[in-house]
Amino acid sequence: MEVRSIEFKQRASERAIDGSLQGKLKTAKGLFVGGRARAVARFDAEGGDFEALRDVGRGIRDEVLDNLDVWLETFERNATARGATVLWARDGAEISRLVVEIAQRHGVKKAIKSKSMLSEEAGLNEALEAVGVASIETDLGEYIIQLAKEPPSHIIAPAIHKNKEEVADLFEQHHHKPRKTEIAEMTREAREVLRSHFVSADMGITGGNFLVAETGSVALVTNEGNGRMVTTMPKVHVAVVGVEKVIPTLNDLAALLRLLPRSATGQTISNYVSLLTGVKSEADRDGAEHLYYILVDNGRVGLVGSEFQEMLRCIRCGACMNHCPVYQTIGGHAYGWVYPGPMGSVLTPLYTGLDKAPDLPHAATLCNQCGVVCPVKIPLPELLRKLREKQVQTGVGTATAKAERRALKLWGFAARNPRLYAFGARIATRYLKWLAGGKDRIQVLTMVPEWTKGRDFPAPEGKTFRELYAQRAARRR
Amino acid sequence: MRVALFVTCLVDLMRPRIGFAALDLLEAAGCEVTVPAAQTCCGQPAFNSGDRALATQLAQKTIAEFEGFDYVVAPSGSCADQVRSEYPGLFAEGSEWRRRAEALAPKVFELTDFLANVLKVEAVPGRFDGSVTYHDSCTGLRSLKIKSQPRDLLAKVPGLTLSEMEACEECCGFGGTFSIKYGDVSAAIGERKCNNIRAAGTDAVVGGDLGCLLHIEGKLRRMGDETTRVLHVAEVLAGTGNGGEN
Repeated sequence: MEVRSIEFKQRASERAIDGSLQGKLKTAKGLFVGGRARAVARFDAEGGDFEALRDVGRGIRDEVLDNLDVWLETFERNATARGATVLWARDGAEISRLVVEIAQRHGVKKAIKSKSMLSEEAGLNEALEAVGVASIETDLGEYIIQLAKEPPSHIIAPAIHKNKEEVADLFEQHHHKPRKTEIAEMTREAREVLRSHFVSADMGITGGNFLVAETGSVALVTNEGNGRMVTTMPKVHVAVVGVEKVIPTLNDLAALLRLLPRSATGQTISNYVSLLTGVKSEADRDGAEHLYYILVDNGRVGLVGSEFQEMLRCIRCGACMNHCPVYQTIGGHAYGWVYPGPMGSVLTPLYTGLDKAPDLPHAATLCNQCGVVCPVKIPLPELLRKLREKQVQTGVGTATAKAERRALKLWGFAARNPRLYAFGARIATRYLKWLAGGKDRIQVLTMVPEWTKGRDFPAPEGKTFRELYAQRAARRR
Repeated sequence: MRVALFVTCLVDLMRPRIGFAALDLLEAAGCEVTVPAAQTCCGQPAFNSGDRALATQLAQKTIAEFEGFDYVVAPSGSCADQVRSEYPGLFAEGSEWRRRAEALAPKVFELTDFLANVLKVEAVPGRFDGSVTYHDSCTGLRSLKIKSQPRDLLAKVPGLTLSEMEACEECCGFGGTFSIKYGDVSAAIGERKCNNIRAAGTDAVVGGDLGCLLHIEGKLRRMGDETTRVLHVAEVLAGTGNGGEN
């Protein structure tokens, strides 16, 4: 997928004043933020300790990342022993090449997909279409945005930026049936259309929430049942999964499955949890005859052992973006690539290049609500700050960030020289007081117009604390 | 008990009366308060902007100025947290500066945390005739766990009633330099906060961090709200929040 993160500032500004978008985001926030809070409260009320569970989740993911090679080889060995083929992809282009090769080997005309963010990284649908293989998204949200030819705006709710009316328009246009506006009817219509694809597809493509090393299985967490259809109906199943998604054991899976749905949607457990192990055997009534795992690097391996390794703990629940005041204001598209919100603001510069997404490390107030809700305790604000440090070290950054750095240098010089600083502060407070012209506020701050575009700047008192304190001390003597 | 007041650069520049209110509160509680004259800024803006070198220099300066006191108190959760939580990490493990930073860190407190948990004050000098709602600033709340301290203290102010707004723990959108790097987004987040403040229908919104308060006041006024007062918790507790200059 094309990286458009360079346009962040403008796209964010446009969306910050888009009332229609704000409404949809507010609905989503109510659903997800409220849902998670209730799920966590219930978990604790029933004798659980969600905080302790987060530590367990973190521990499992850290163990994997500290010995990633070992667990990947274990996975490969066990998956291969059960008849799967394990392939490795360095980047998005290799994913596409491998999937196209598999499709051609098996004479595939139509592929059906369960939701996979990694396939968005690769632009897989486009690559398949280019060689004449139809690629149909079957997750309802993904299906909607595929019809709309838009990228996802949320990692678990990709069409969260669309309301019912917009979806009704899309369905009417693409399904050639009378327009429906009842959600149940619309869903039924989509189900009928998708059903014909399920029965006629030759290949199913999924992502993977986890890879279980001890059994060589892939775990899928879904709510619509489409994941089951995609993995059992076609004769070929391809799972495209990031290398960091491996976990050691089924016990680990059990722990992580207690964290993931609660953090994502507030569900105790998702409607479907599929654990797929090996190819169809003679005793099985259904299942794929050919199973391929494409294990993907695309920037991940480089983070192992780096100061950003903790980011690889991510289990893609979306809680960080659901709780982010910035995401809640601008939605996912402004971030310009596959992953929005705090996790995306860390991943996008790391996966696509610091220079491709210079705004994203700064696209946060550092309020740390994301860090508080992250099920595997990724210190997201700290990682964003480290990215900012990296930008300073390498001289990368937006014009705004560079201006900020210059201003800070000047200010920092003064702050290290108290007499100069005191003098500068005296001038500054008097200047601002003068600018306010006797009022209690400044409506146009000429030096920093960005502040007063959307709010006033309260006037200062006009003298600094240190001046007044010296005067008071003199009076008391 | 020798207490140093860390005024913070924003209070020095914009709202000296908050510094004096903090000073009054500490003295009223029996502290021997010093205001180190050469203090400037804790370096948080540099730290958050990725300028680690500058943040480290300012940390060294601040450590040297404040390490000789029993306690250091700041009328700001985010400035106090910078010293408490972030300073040690700026220096190499095992270094002399690391040791000094780690020695200073546990002595540094946000004002209400200090009054409530260290001094355990029974009464405060202030009086406030009206209702207030409290905005929890992010760093104080999530890093220093400041939640009950200001509320318990405000409950001791005669005449004051506290009425909670919806989503009082949500970020106001200030975010330090975020507020001017992404002004539109910052102001839009601020609008949600201000809507919640106005829905609470109180005479004033009170908070513990001046950055957030300037942002909130600026947004309220731009939205046409001329009546909801915006006050630092120190002003209310000290009784200087009923109007008038110090």
